[in-house]
Amino acid sequence: MKFEYAPAPESTAIVNIQSEYNLFIDGKFVPSKGGKRFETINPANEKVLSRVTQATASDVDKAVKAASEAYRKTWSKLTGAQRGKYLFRIARILQERAREFAVLESMDNGKPIRETRDTDIPLAAAHFFYHAGWADKLDYAGLGKNPKPHGVVGQIIPWNFPMLMLAWKVAPALATGNTVVLKPAETTPLTALLFAEVCQQADLPKGVVNILTGDGATGAAIVNHPGINKIAFTGSTEVGKIIAKSVASSKKALTLELGGKGANIIFEDAPIDETVEGIINGIYFNQGHVCCAGSRLLVQENIKEELLEKLKRRMSMIRVGDPLDKNTDLGAINSQAQLMKIRELSESGDAEGAERWSPQCELPEKGFWFPPTFFTGVSQAHRIAREEIFGPVLSVISFRTPSEAIEKANNTPFGLSAGIWTDKGSRILWSAQQLKAGVIWANTFNKFDPASPFGGYKESGWGREGGRHGLSAYLKGDFS
Amino acid sequence: MLLTDSSESSIKSFLKNLSPVDQVGADSRAAMLATRSIKTSSKLWAIETAIAMIDLTTLEGADTPGKVAALCTKAVRPDPSDSSVPHVGAVCVYNDMVKIAREHLDNNGGKEIPVAAVSTAFPSGRASLDVKKRDTEDAIASGATEIDMVIDRGAFLSGNLEKVFTEIVCIKEICGERAHLKVILETGELVTYDNVRKASFLAMAAGADFIKTSTGKVTPAATAPVVLVMLEAVRDYFAMTGKRIGVKPAGGIRTTKDAIKQLVLVNETAGPDWLDPKLFRIGASALLNDLLMQRMKMKSGQYSGRNYVTLD
Repeated sequence: MKFEYAPAPESTAIVNIQSEYNLFIDGKFVPSKGGKRFETINPANEKVLSRVTQATASDVDKAVKAASEAYRKTWSKLTGAQRGKYLFRIARILQERAREFAVLESMDNGKPIRETRDTDIPLAAAHFFYHAGWADKLDYAGLGKNPKPHGVVGQIIPWNFPMLMLAWKVAPALATGNTVVLKPAETTPLTALLFAEVCQQADLPKGVVNILTGDGATGAAIVNHPGINKIAFTGSTEVGKIIAKSVASSKKALTLELGGKGANIIFEDAPIDETVEGIINGIYFNQGHVCCAGSRLLVQENIKEELLEKLKRRMSMIRVGDPLDKNTDLGAINSQAQLMKIRELSESGDAEGAERWSPQCELPEKGFWFPPTFFTGVSQAHRIAREEIFGPVLSVISFRTPSEAIEKANNTPFGLSAGIWTDKGSRILWSAQQLKAGVIWANTFNKFDPASPFGGYKESGWGREGGRHGLSAYLKGDFS
Repeated sequence: MLLTDSSESSIKSFLKNLSPVDQVGADSRAAMLATRSIKTSSKLWAIETAIAMIDLTTLEGADTPGKVAALCTKAVRPDPSDSSVPHVGAVCVYNDMVKIAREHLDNNGGKEIPVAAVSTAFPSGRASLDVKKRDTEDAIASGATEIDMVIDRGAFLSGNLEKVFTEIVCIKEICGERAHLKVILETGELVTYDNVRKASFLAMAAGADFIKTSTGKVTPAATAPVVLVMLEAVRDYFAMTGKRIGVKPAGGIRTTKDAIKQLVLVNETAGPDWLDPKLFRIGASALLNDLLMQRMKMKSGQYSGRNYVTLD
């Protein structure tokens, strides 16, 4: 007998996408001074969703002035408890409008509704709740007496978790008393624009949050604007390096959350079925568009065959297709450009002699799609073992001893995440001490919580987001 | 082929080599599968499949011949107003009711519906092996073609695995070709998923045709993660031996939603081959009426009510 799951699409009736969007500056949606418009599309079917504005340098200037004035005149005059009130209000509105955000995020990004509904949006709300609680307790955060905000912060966020990354940036900035100029990614601006409406709905004082859509040029104008006191960036290591150089000659504070090539290390005594789930979650969650993805599978050689058999079986059950279908596990690749990059790197794997495997799966004709894939026969020297693919592509590498596993795991310019799978507590602790990665998961992967700091070593970035550590990035005090 | 012999040391080393189960991971996998959205045609299919998988059960001290006869009537024709509804998988009763159930089924068009008897000093299993054997013999003699035996949880928890193993082997011998053997692990008393996995393999290696979660007398019973772990065990056992063992969750599955979640677990764990009453049963009583009500709703577009399905 065959159990076919009938289509179970989430309705899009709840979202109201305007045909065009202006910029959100000083509490209002305003037209750009000379900025053109560009399209944002649904990557699952290539249909145009809306046209948004390419913010110019003069728009950036206007937004920074609004943020600066809001900082001086209102936001810095409020008590922590008063700031907290606004954050709590935003958090509640996000929960009330969660479905709307989840559907819109899925449409603009291509990720499955199951993930936006169960992960992205609930976590975004959780970040506002968490930081709302900190707003009036900053004196007790262990960051010195009376730590001070920077003032105006410029924030540039990526397209892989648009709303969640906005929350990671905006919530701590506001809780600590800063005002914000934020640029969402070029391909995923819509939830940030919806968030602008939430700011209005929450009666957030004007100018405290300003949202400018645009591409890299807009980002550069924000980074280089003299009125900005701190830059927070999440994105590629390549752009991170450019930003670091630009900021180097200024007094701007900087945090960077960049790329990764996370090692998911499987020891022979790992709980095998849960490990397979963890591998799936590590690399196929969000189409592999995850900076902390477990994109290198380091498996002990004596269980490799058994593990790969189980992994293949499990991968053949991944449901690829319409992101708005509630049963979809793997959605669309976010953009044509990203799809090309994934294809190019995968082809380099073929060319360098690694062996590619994907389950049988029918991909939709329209839109950008890539099947869940892994490569075996990968060595440390292969490009697919060294470069961030940022797609549903896993490189399988074997090891013989625990020390070899650690050496291989650390043998990368990145250092964002790692996973350890073993039934031995002592081995978890030993491995975690040796691994040079900002986040290490034991017998799980890709678990996030606002209370837990997140960030990288080496080329994966500077600074932490979330938790008490994350607050320090938005404050000046004895500790800095 | 899995065990060199049935000695304590051989059983222990076999079970020791099983992969461990991580509780957090198993819970989250089961929770994820519970989010599957089963609608329209697939929901109707799942409802009818679930009805055909029910072991319609009454296991009360207050059971009477009249009550059992009524249950059998319902088993044959769950929805009196609609003959297209399939009959249930089996009727499950205490030993002394087996004969009554068998006769009633035979006389009312339910010849093909097996009677399952709970045996071996159900539900506690606290009796001598001799009594358990005679209990089983008695059930089969009365017409039971399925035996739901309980394992000795005390022996399992104290490490006396040979006793658990031997008892299953003995009961299996009595069943022979005459009856299918379902082995109840009573997972609510084994508590950890590692124990559930070990007990599953122990029962399968000893000759179980089915492994069953619970007696229904202990909570928690058939929780989704426990069923997940057991489905993984039968899947792995099939990969080792080429033999398919059935799974029967029992206890706590009361609504259509619960039943559909169970079918999703089967589909995405053991695989579609197990979506068959020969390999998957649901031990339940109240569940049937909810399935019938949901089916009526799907057919007519309207909710009826409790008085439109029969009480038994």
